Amino acid sequence: MSAPLLETIHLSHLPPSMPVHVALYRDVQNAPYLRQQLMSANAEFEYAFIDASTVLSRTHLLSAVFRAVNDYMNGRLKSRNVHSEMVFSLSPATNIAESFRKFGITDSTKDLLVVKLSVTPEITHDSVAAHLGQSVEGTPVPFDDETLSKISDIAKIKKAYKLGALNTAPPNQANGTQDNGMRRLELSVLGAIALRGAT
Amino acid sequence: MTTETYTPPPLPPPFHNTPSHQMHLITQGAEAHLYKTTYLSPSTPAALKIRPTKPYRHPILDRRLTRARVLQEARCLVRLVREGVNVPAVLAVDWDINNTNNNHNGGAGGGADDGRGNGAWILMEWIEGCVVRVVIQRWERYIKSRSASASGGSSGVGVGAKRQVDGEVKLQDNEIEEEEKKVKGLLRRVGAAVGALHKAGVVHGDLTTSNLILRGAEEPAAEGDGEGVSPDMQGEVVLIDFGLASQSIQDEDRAVDLYVLERAFGSTHPRTEPLFGEVLEGYRASYRGSGSVLKRLEDVRMRGRKRSMIG
Repeated sequence: MSAPLLETIHLSHLPPSMPVHVALYRDVQNAPYLRQQLMSANAEFEYAFIDASTVLSRTHLLSAVFRAVNDYMNGRLKSRNVHSEMVFSLSPATNIAESFRKFGITDSTKDLLVVKLSVTPEITHDSVAAHLGQSVEGTPVPFDDETLSKISDIAKIKKAYKLGALNTAPPNQANGTQDNGMRRLELSVLGAIALRGAT
Repeated sequence: MTTETYTPPPLPPPFHNTPSHQMHLITQGAEAHLYKTTYLSPSTPAALKIRPTKPYRHPILDRRLTRARVLQEARCLVRLVREGVNVPAVLAVDWDINNTNNNHNGGAGGGADDGRGNGAWILMEWIEGCVVRVVIQRWERYIKSRSASASGGSSGVGVGAKRQVDGEVKLQDNEIEEEEKKVKGLLRRVGAAVGALHKAGVVHGDLTTSNLILRGAEEPAAEGDGEGVSPDMQGEVVLIDFGLASQSIQDEDRAVDLYVLERAFGSTHPRTEPLFGEVLEGYRASYRGSGSVLKRLEDVRMRGRKRSMIG
């Protein structure tokens, strides 16, 4: 097992004592094992394990993380802990089990995003890196938009966010149609994440 | 310029954690404070609109009103982003900030638990540019300084003024025509932007040239800056401030939107008022159904924006 390319990120507006650690893997070999640890609520494996094909970009993932951590700090988690909440926060719908099925790790997941929040001071970059290094069998790759763009399944994402009708080529805008379309998809997704559960 | 001694109310969580150099109060209205801040990373600018609670309102009513209004605004914006209308995207929303803060955030709200919330906020995409009001006002001053008797050297005095060779020269008729063409183009794009908004099923509720941003246009850095130069009018017109917006496809609501813009335009830009027809032309061309709205606009002009006389 190889050392993870674990990135530690301080998100704007969140307490400096609470950085998030994110790692991206390709060709993951032991997804069923990792999922099993979640199912059995093994405290050692309190991570957000996300099927990376459902994520468009850094901003997409980090928006869900931001929402989950804000809900956590406001004491209104809907799921078991802040990490499961991150997976749930990716979802535009309020059904928790369904959000895990859609965005969470499955037995067939090959590309995996792992997120961990430093909820206690004991959780550090090094501790997370060490534990992931011995737990995840896969190829660590950088968590950047270029890598994610090779992994994300646009059709699946559009379906999950019910944005199928979104014509990715925007009307009466001449320049950079492709990029514009992706930008619009991303911003629509962010809106759906932000508004989840609004009554 | 006035000296600011005003201190805005304490920021709600999670923004009480934010270093103050990443939070700049830009403007404040009756209902909300607008900050320039960042989203996720310090290099991504964002607009934060905070609606604080109003202490004079009944706590439960206050909570419901604040929540309803923030959500209304956010829903309209999200819908418009999906439809491809030029508006700031919603990045995050909190419509019900807890007052009884738990251990994680050092009790920013405080106060008794009487069911009162702690306000609400929306984080939006930052739109870089200059409000259309300022662009047109600069243009009006430019034309004034370059036309008829006004060319007495009143423009361009003082430090840093641009001293161009033709700085004080009157514009020729054909140049004035060119200038008018430029504004007309901008006004048509304003009309098209409003048309796109209405086509998507949203009415703005408070259209003014201050609620339109010309993307990419340069903001005058200081009073009198960029004077003596005809302002740039390239760029997309972006609609902002959906605090009074609602979802509607009624001709009446759409016509009132245009009427409000027309009245605001007339009082903000009296010299340019004769060109307002360009806005309506841009609107007419922007979607099917604009014709009946413009017809309705004539009725609205006759009676004012209140049809029902109630409230």
